[in-house]
Amino acid sequence: MSRQTSRLDAKKVNSELLTLTYGALVSQMLKEIENPDDVNKQLERIGYNMGVRLIEDFLARTSSGRCLEMRETADKIQQAFRLYLNMQPTVTSWSNAGDEFSLVWDQCPLSEWVEMNNSSLKYCALIPGAIKGALQMVQLDVQCWFVQDQLKGDAVTELRVKYIKRLEDAVPAGED
Amino acid sequence: MVVYGVYIVSKSGGLIFNYDHNIPKVETEKTFGFPLDIKLQYENKKVVVVFGQRDGINVGHVLISVNGSPVTGRTLEDGRDVFDIIEAKENYPLSLKFGRSRATTNEKIVLASMFYPLFALASQLSPVPKTSGIESLTADTFKLSCFQTLTGVKFIMLSDPNMQGAEVVLKRIYELYSDYALKNPFYSLEMPIRCELFDTSLHTLLELVEKSGTANL
Repeated sequence: MSRQTSRLDAKKVNSELLTLTYGALVSQMLKEIENPDDVNKQLERIGYNMGVRLIEDFLARTSSGRCLEMRETADKIQQAFRLYLNMQPTVTSWSNAGDEFSLVWDQCPLSEWVEMNNSSLKYCALIPGAIKGALQMVQLDVQCWFVQDQLKGDAVTELRVKYIKRLEDAVPAGED
Repeated sequence: MVVYGVYIVSKSGGLIFNYDHNIPKVETEKTFGFPLDIKLQYENKKVVVVFGQRDGINVGHVLISVNGSPVTGRTLEDGRDVFDIIEAKENYPLSLKFGRSRATTNEKIVLASMFYPLFALASQLSPVPKTSGIESLTADTFKLSCFQTLTGVKFIMLSDPNMQGAEVVLKRIYELYSDYALKNPFYSLEMPIRCELFDTSLHTLLELVEKSGTANL
């Protein structure tokens, strides 16, 4: 028998719709806030709020278990990029301690058609915010920042993710 | 497969959603002569049958109305005390309606926050580290199934004790929650869920479960 879950299956939308909407948001924010550093902060905050909610969607869709190791986490983040942005970043540059890695991509739907003249704006600042928010909900505190950015002339875009600590007091009962 | 209700408890132990789906309504109305052959008592702000079970009126049932006028606490709508009426011979024959009392929203909130430490206790008592806590709790008349997400939200369903595949239903409810509650921009986290779309799709899901089971979820 066929599954009845058609409503919940990932809805496909044209990525251009997302790209343009996001572009409109960023340019509007630049108009209103002026200082690009504040825009970066705001974008990251929006991303954080999205991540906090998006994680539930990710868990419900993929029924993934808890990550007890950074490599698993990297895998899941990669999977989330595939699920939500239909892009495949590569995970590289592991630190020796295994607590820090980079996500590298050369094409991101969010920044297609973008040409920047503004130097301090981080156009995709939403993404690190979302990663941070989502991981915080599964009791993982991370730091997330851009090392390279294609929009600033680098060959690829590189996002660094660093494990800070496990949020022990937020771990749900039964898992501590 | 009957589902009695669904509850969602937030990470911090507050009841953020409750839905009574299919609770059998037990109500009996009967005309009595003097003296009343049922012992009544006032407890927990309700007039309760304590002894003298008969004709479908069971111990534990609550007095709902006297001669058709509803009882709140121990008084009638017009302010008269129920016990004064019952004890006075001139009021008979008297028609009394009894039924099973339903938990009020406040009581449900209390019950939900009681389940929270129970769940934590169960995982503490576990002989092996890292348990899931209570997944199912069975009594003769119902089964409670609980699913805790990685983020700490608990989905609880009360159903028929023979219910099969409760985990599947709970996972589907989780999907509905992540879709209709969390993607609603006007819903703030940890707050009670008041989303009509969520209510209706949950209702549809439970109807489907009752009609055709969990096999094709």
